[in-house]
Amino acid sequence: MKSEAFWEYPVQLLVLAVFLLLPLWGLSSYVLNTLIMMLFFGFLATAWNILGGFAGQHSLGNAAFVGIGAYTSTFLFSQYGISPWIGMWIGGVLAGIFGLFLGYSAFRCGLKGPFFLLVTIAAAQIVMLVVLNCRALGGASGLTVPYVGSHPALFQFESKIAYYYVAVGLLAAGILVSILVSRHRLGYYLVAIRENEDAACALGIDTLHYKLLATFLSGFLSGLGGTFYAQYILFIDPESILSLGLSIEIIVYPILGGIGTVLGPALGAFILYPVGELARSVWGGSAAGIHLLFYGAFLMLCIIFMPKGVVGLVRRIQEILKGKLRAREVEALAKE
Amino acid sequence: MNSTIFLQAIVNGLSMGSIYALIACGLTLIFGVMNIINMAHGQFLMWAMYGVFFSHSMLFSDSYASLLFTVPLSFVGGMLIFVLFIRPILNDSPINQILVTLGLGMVLENLALVLFTSDLRNVTSGLSNSKIVVGSVYVSATQIVAFIGSIAMTFVLYQIVQRSALGRSIRAASEDPEAAILVGIKVKRVYLISFALGATCLGVAAPLLTPLYYISPTIGELFTLTSFVVVVLGGMGNFTGALIGGFIIGLTEAFGYVLLPVGSLTPVLIFGIFILLLLFKPEGILGTRGSRV
Repeated sequence: MKSEAFWEYPVQLLVLAVFLLLPLWGLSSYVLNTLIMMLFFGFLATAWNILGGFAGQHSLGNAAFVGIGAYTSTFLFSQYGISPWIGMWIGGVLAGIFGLFLGYSAFRCGLKGPFFLLVTIAAAQIVMLVVLNCRALGGASGLTVPYVGSHPALFQFESKIAYYYVAVGLLAAGILVSILVSRHRLGYYLVAIRENEDAACALGIDTLHYKLLATFLSGFLSGLGGTFYAQYILFIDPESILSLGLSIEIIVYPILGGIGTVLGPALGAFILYPVGELARSVWGGSAAGIHLLFYGAFLMLCIIFMPKGVVGLVRRIQEILKGKLRAREVEALAKE
Repeated sequence: MNSTIFLQAIVNGLSMGSIYALIACGLTLIFGVMNIINMAHGQFLMWAMYGVFFSHSMLFSDSYASLLFTVPLSFVGGMLIFVLFIRPILNDSPINQILVTLGLGMVLENLALVLFTSDLRNVTSGLSNSKIVVGSVYVSATQIVAFIGSIAMTFVLYQIVQRSALGRSIRAASEDPEAAILVGIKVKRVYLISFALGATCLGVAAPLLTPLYYISPTIGELFTLTSFVVVVLGGMGNFTGALIGGFIIGLTEAFGYVLLPVGSLTPVLIFGIFILLLLFKPEGILGTRGSRV
């Protein structure tokens, strides 16, 4: 685990620098939009990964977290004029608390693996149904975020570039949290729980406590993402932000990139989102679900042929190369 | 609540419940035999329903006649899907298996969306307009056919599993695959046939369901989730449980729509039952943990 530290940091900083400089290139609004959504999904995938990847508790209800965040900040903004910058934190905390409630009931009753996944689906469906039937939250027709023009204090910008930098900031923060978690004791505990929960328990790790911590973090971050989505798109409805479809989308990226790694989930989004966008722009008008068709196919193929994702693949190639180098060194030594 | 509404809800609940039971039997067979949680089950059903729609509009005048078409096709389709997608992941972790079937469901749903568009379709049967009126309660002929057909198919499936030689190997493979191999049972082939039989349940359910329910690419998800609730309620891998669970969910749904102040919140009731079951009684209402087929 320690060995990845030395090569991963420069790569991350370089990537960050590239992303910070990218808009100077004068990108079209379409490309910028694709980049923003790609960063946004990379962030959601990174948030999912804290619970799903590090702790190995696969949730298929993350749309509920995103939705709670988005609806909270939007409701507070449109009803009480509270700035989404503040609503964002409230939404995040509420999403985290929802996660705690869900996680506490599920983990307390010993649910894991497929059963945890089924419970998260059902819980997210309930949240969606409640919102669909709640008139104050706009029901099926959704909520529109009041448009106030360019107003940074109210999380609204005229140019896409500002949103782009917010998205970069979000993802960078998400990855930073992931790095901290993975380097900190919490990360080691979570991995121990994922690999063998009984053994972790026997070693004296309070597994419930750490799983809940991961759930809260994951839910909180996803909630922040929800507010960003609401402020960027300026419109939210249950279909786009609370549906099972979004939960599945969130899980596809980490699987492609590499579950349980720091950069894998974002990498997955960077690869797959543009592919989906391309599919949408080529066949878009005539076929509504074309990008989801691709995502489903990617999901299946990844699990069958590349279960450790792109990061796992890169690591294996590295190991093979290192192994070859070492074999050559040994050979050279033997000749001397 | 007056007695008419009460009785009408029972009629509606029993007819939908019997179909849920049949759909869930397919799911529980697949789970019981090879421990695969098939998240694409409802999407298979949705495709079978489109099979009914197209055979109805091109070949047959009656939706029930399309059984001739959907039954063999769903059996072959099930075999094909098993060979292509399920066999490679038989030894994977349960989570990976779920994710593969989830991906398959996504592909099937969105392929249907691309090919058939999101328009809602209806299929009528020659029986669609006939109904029996008992007092003030309406029972449509299609509801009766759905009820009898579903129960009959469930019974046939039960007989196959309990009485036939094939059923013996299915039960052996589900109880202990390694021991089954040792006594000469071709376990992989048994898996193949069980999966195809599970899909065939949907080939039978689709023509029974279409006169009662609209067709659209997105209904698959709904049926996947509902049939999971039924299967967990009855105990995973338990036929009798699936039958009872189907009726419970069918009736809960029918009564939910009449009794709840907001009828469209009924699914909340069903998902609520599901969560409580998973938390406190994951072995189902019949209660023997780990029972198989």
